Amino acid sequence: MSFQDVIFYIFSAILIASAVGVITVRNPVYSALLLVLAFITCAGLWLLLEAEFLAITLVLVYVGAVMVLFLFVVMMLDINLDRLREGFWKWFPFGAMIALIMVGEISMVLMGKYFGIEEMPAPAPHDVDYSNTRELGRLIYTEYVYAFELAAVLLLVAMVAAIALTLRHREDKKSPDPSKQIQVKKEDRLRIVTIPSEKKKQ
Amino acid sequence: MENIQRQFEQVFGTDWGLMLFTLTSNLVLIFAIVVPLLLCVAYLTFAERKIIAYMQIRVGPNRVTFFGIPWLRGWGQPIADAVKAIMKEIVIPSGANKMLFVLAPILTIMPALAAWAVIPFSPELVLADINAGLLYILAMTSMGIYGIIIAGWASNSKYAFLGAMRSAAQVVSYELAMGFALVCVLMMSQSLNIGDIVNGQQGDSLLNWYLIPLFPMFLVYLISGVAETNRAPFDVAEGESEIVAGFHVDYSGMAFTVFFLAEYSNMILVATLTSIMFLGGWLPPLDIAPFTLIPGFIWLLLKIAFILFFFLWFRATFPRYRYDQIMRLGWKVFIPITLVWIVVLGLIMQLPESIRNLPLLNIWF
Repeated sequence: MSFQDVIFYIFSAILIASAVGVITVRNPVYSALLLVLAFITCAGLWLLLEAEFLAITLVLVYVGAVMVLFLFVVMMLDINLDRLREGFWKWFPFGAMIALIMVGEISMVLMGKYFGIEEMPAPAPHDVDYSNTRELGRLIYTEYVYAFELAAVLLLVAMVAAIALTLRHREDKKSPDPSKQIQVKKEDRLRIVTIPSEKKKQ
Repeated sequence: MENIQRQFEQVFGTDWGLMLFTLTSNLVLIFAIVVPLLLCVAYLTFAERKIIAYMQIRVGPNRVTFFGIPWLRGWGQPIADAVKAIMKEIVIPSGANKMLFVLAPILTIMPALAAWAVIPFSPELVLADINAGLLYILAMTSMGIYGIIIAGWASNSKYAFLGAMRSAAQVVSYELAMGFALVCVLMMSQSLNIGDIVNGQQGDSLLNWYLIPLFPMFLVYLISGVAETNRAPFDVAEGESEIVAGFHVDYSGMAFTVFFLAEYSNMILVATLTSIMFLGGWLPPLDIAPFTLIPGFIWLLLKIAFILFFFLWFRATFPRYRYDQIMRLGWKVFIPITLVWIVVLGLIMQLPESIRNLPLLNIWF
């Protein structure tokens, strides 16, 4: 067993353990943090496959931005776990059925003849000058440019919709408007009054 | 080095020997970076206290000295502070979540130090010369926020939690502007490798530095860097008069010092990145004799010190921003500026060859 294999097994073990932890741990904050750990170990696995751009982007986007907001929300909400668990046995058969169907579908795909270890060997090592980032950029902006643009527009629409749903203009709110505040001139606020100084009494 | 590598390979076999050799040599190199860095952090606190003191017509720390030497008065202060911090008890509040409470300072300092791995100190002097260096730095600095959030939550205190929330929102907002500013640098240099970014600024004089074509981005990056490290005038995360000390209220002794170390090493990191991206890194300002004789490492240090002086100067000069003003500056001023500049830069780069060869423009494009 080579050094890389050892690292692979260590990372996989951590990844599986933390992924199981995400759904079994009782405290939602722990569960969010375990998901972060899962993302980071997954990025480590991708680095072993020489996909450094994807690995670092996974850390940058999911760990650095998405999970921070998740953690934010989870910490702010006072989630009552007992109430969440109330309907567990009632919905268990339904959930188990969906889980079984998903496992079946995934295994149908993965156990097919296209996913053997011979069909998908580890990528051939590239020389030092090879830049994964440059190759990805070239592919995204030439061959897959329409798909890429479509995905971007879809995200933009979702973002605009989310803002439109929550945006409210209230006339009676008392909060100050910084852009008005910084445009204030000295003449608007300040009046210099000259007061004759008092004469000292002898 | 090669002899040691061969001995490793003889003892552990070719594959394992090479890996173990890389591991050991990298550990030695990591110490060679981290130990001077932590010394710099210690003396940065001293520099901060002295500089701000002189700006406010005071003297600053002037007692602790080495072996009673009179002209070193004050220079022993950081060492004395460190000894004091190590001796103090680490108090863990009874209502705190003990595991996360201890984990939080570690999670803060880890990315702050890990980002240094890809920083080149001179053309040859770099620990990891990776292709996606800039992305790596962005990823590492974006992870520093976890320590702050977890510290605020695990302390089980309202003040700490409010500080953590403020800090998290602020860092996440300014990261965007920072990232976009770096995208502009990336467009100029056409590479994510930090060594290549510095080499792209090579030329006859400091006109070639990205500071000049990307001047607005330089300002955005520097100010976002101040906000990102929660420094004054953006230090609402630890506003003393409102929420005591922010996310690290309940930390004491070495645990507090670790947060402190992380903040200052992040400051030095932002200063280093600014000098590398915009001020030409290790390149001398003029490519002629007296300047080229000084080694590149010294030039980089001088530039870092220059930017760090700005950080201290800001703190001594500007009044604090209110929270909504900070958010406004980040989202409504910086992000539009950077987005517009990216488009402008892209248009300039797509201009026909004849226009790009005009004087001045031909230096950069």
